[in-house]
Amino acid sequence: MLEAYNLEFSYGRPVLKGVSFSAGQGELFALLGPNGSGKSTLIKIIVGILHAERGTVSIDGRDLTAIPRRDLAKLVGYVAQESAMRFPLTAMELVLQGRFAQGRLIGFESERDISEAEWAMRVTETLEYAARPVTELSGGERQRVMLARAIAVRPKVLVLDEPVANLDVAHQVKMLGLIKRLSVEEEMTAVVVTHELNLAAEFANKVLFLRQGEVIKSGPPREVMTEEVLRGVFETDLIVDDSPISGAPRVTLIAGQ
Amino acid sequence: MTQVVQLRMTTAVTKMKKRVGTPERLTTQRLVFTLCVLAVLLFIVGIISIATGSEQVSFSTVVRIISEKIIGGVADVSPEHRLIISEIRLPRVLMAIVVGSALAVAGSAYQALLRNPLADPGILGISSGAALGAITATIFAESLPISRPVAAFVGAVLTIAVVYALGQGRRGSGTERLILAGVITNASLSSIVIFLVTSASGARQRSVLSWLIGDLSGESRLLLPVALFVMIGIGAVYVNARSLNLMMIGEEEALTLGVETRRVKIAVYLAASLLTGAAVAVSGAIGFVGLIIPHSVRLVGGSDNRLVIPASALVGGAFLMLADTIARTVVAPRELNIGVITSLVGAPVFVYLLRRTN
Repeated sequence: MLEAYNLEFSYGRPVLKGVSFSAGQGELFALLGPNGSGKSTLIKIIVGILHAERGTVSIDGRDLTAIPRRDLAKLVGYVAQESAMRFPLTAMELVLQGRFAQGRLIGFESERDISEAEWAMRVTETLEYAARPVTELSGGERQRVMLARAIAVRPKVLVLDEPVANLDVAHQVKMLGLIKRLSVEEEMTAVVVTHELNLAAEFANKVLFLRQGEVIKSGPPREVMTEEVLRGVFETDLIVDDSPISGAPRVTLIAGQ
Repeated sequence: MTQVVQLRMTTAVTKMKKRVGTPERLTTQRLVFTLCVLAVLLFIVGIISIATGSEQVSFSTVVRIISEKIIGGVADVSPEHRLIISEIRLPRVLMAIVVGSALAVAGSAYQALLRNPLADPGILGISSGAALGAITATIFAESLPISRPVAAFVGAVLTIAVVYALGQGRRGSGTERLILAGVITNASLSSIVIFLVTSASGARQRSVLSWLIGDLSGESRLLLPVALFVMIGIGAVYVNARSLNLMMIGEEEALTLGVETRRVKIAVYLAASLLTGAAVAVSGAIGFVGLIIPHSVRLVGGSDNRLVIPASALVGGAFLMLADTIARTVVAPRELNIGVITSLVGAPVFVYLLRRTN
C-alpha cells in the first residue's frame, strides 16, 4: 500500500499544494493532468529523488524518509521519462544494474542476480536481445529494457514517468498491458504518469487528476473521468462516452470546429 | 550463384558470431583474461620502446637488464647500455606508463560522470587548470618540485568546480552545456597560461613552452611520488566502477537504484583531478589520450567500467610509450613533443566520435 499525505513542494513558487492519495497493492494508479501540474515532481518525491517540504509518503506504513537509500531501492522501482543512452552497454548489463542495491558495491553479480535479471527480461520480452547494445535498440525495446531494470529487484512499488510518450500506438498498448500484468501478477503497485487518457481509462484501477499542484479528483476511471472533470482539468472541449469494447470511459477531443 | 554464395557467407558469419558469442555481460574470467593480455602487450611495447632510440639496444639486452633489476644478479651487458637503459630510457618509459594510464583513467571517469563519451581532461579545460597550477608553483616555489603536482591537482579541482558551476542550467547540467563551459574555461585559462609564459625570461620560456605542449623528457625525480598519486587516483575511481555504470545512464535513476550519487561524484571528481594534476605536473598537457583510449577499449571490450577503467590504464600506458618512442625517433637527433603525436592521432578520432554521437 502506497500512501501520500498532504504533500507540499515548491521551486520558488508552490508546485504541490497538499496532495494526498493512496494506491493499493496490485493496483495500477494513473497520474493525469496538464503539463506543469506537478505530476513529475510528485513521482520524484515518491521515488526519493526530491524530498517533500511538508507531508509524508509511506509504503505499508513505513515513512519513506526513514528508509535508507539502498533499502528504498529494493522497495521502489523507477523508469524515468528519458535516459542517456550514449554508451553501448548490453541490454543484460543494463538490467543487471537494477540489482545494484542487492549486491556488493565492488565485485560482480551473483548467480541469483543473473537469474533475477533473466526473469525480468523474460517478463518484459527482452531476453532475446540480452547481448545487444542498448544504443542499437528501438524506442519500444529500450523502454521495455528500462522496465526490466526497474523490476529486477521485484519492488513493491513501480513508478513510471510517461512510459509511452515516445511510442507508437501498438507499443503503447503493449507497454501498458505489460505494466498492468506486472501489477496484477507480481502484486506491484504501479504508478504511471501519462497523457494518454484513453489508455489510462482502459488499464488503470484508479486515476488521479492533478492541476496546478492540487488534486482535482481521484478514483476509479468510470467514476471520475467525466466530461465535467476533464474539461475543468485540461481546459479543452471534449466528450466522454463508453468504449464499445470494454465499457471504459472513452474521451474524444473536439478540435477544429 | 553469387547470391547463394553471399547468403552462405552471411549465415556462416552469423553462426560464427553465435558460437563466439557476443558477450551478454562482463564476467570475472573475461576481465582477468583481458587484463592479462593487455599487461603482456604493455610489457612488449615497453621492451620495444626501451630498445629503440639513437643508440639501438637489442631486445635481449633490455630483458636482461630489466630482469637484473627485478630479480637481482648481474647481467652480462656493456656499461654504456646499462647506463642508457637504467638512467635514461627506463625512467622515461615508466613515466610514459604512469602519465598515459592517469590520463586514460581520468578520461573514462569524466566520461562516465558527465554521461558523455566526448569528455576528456583536455577538452573540459581541466588540463589547462592543472597547467596553470603547475606553472604558478614553478614561479613561486621552484625549489620544491613536489609542489608542482600538488598545485596542479588544486588547479584541476578548482577548474572542474568552475566548469561544473558554469555548466549548471536551471534544470541541472546538460552535458552539452558542460562541454561548452569546458571549452570556454579552457580558452580563458590557456590565455592566462600563455600570459605567464610570455612574461617569463627567455631560456625558461622555451622549456616551459615545450612542457606545455606535452613533454616526457624531464622530471624523472618526480616519478615515484607521481606514480603513487596515480595509483591512489586509479584505485579511487575503480572502487566506484559499478556505481559509475549506473550513473552513466542517469544520475537520478542511479539514486533510485541505491547509488549514493553525491558521494560517488565527489570522490570520482577528486580522483580524476588528482590523476590529471599528476600527469600534467610532469608532462604538460598531453591531449586526447583521455578521449581515444577509453573509447577504443569500449569498442572492443564493452562499456562496463569494471573493465574500461583498468583496461584504459594499461592501454593508455602502452599508447603513450609508443607515442613517445615515435616522438623521440622520427626527427632524430631532435625530439618532437609527444603532445604533437597524440593530437595528430586524437583530433581525427574526436571528429569521428562527434559525428557518430550526433
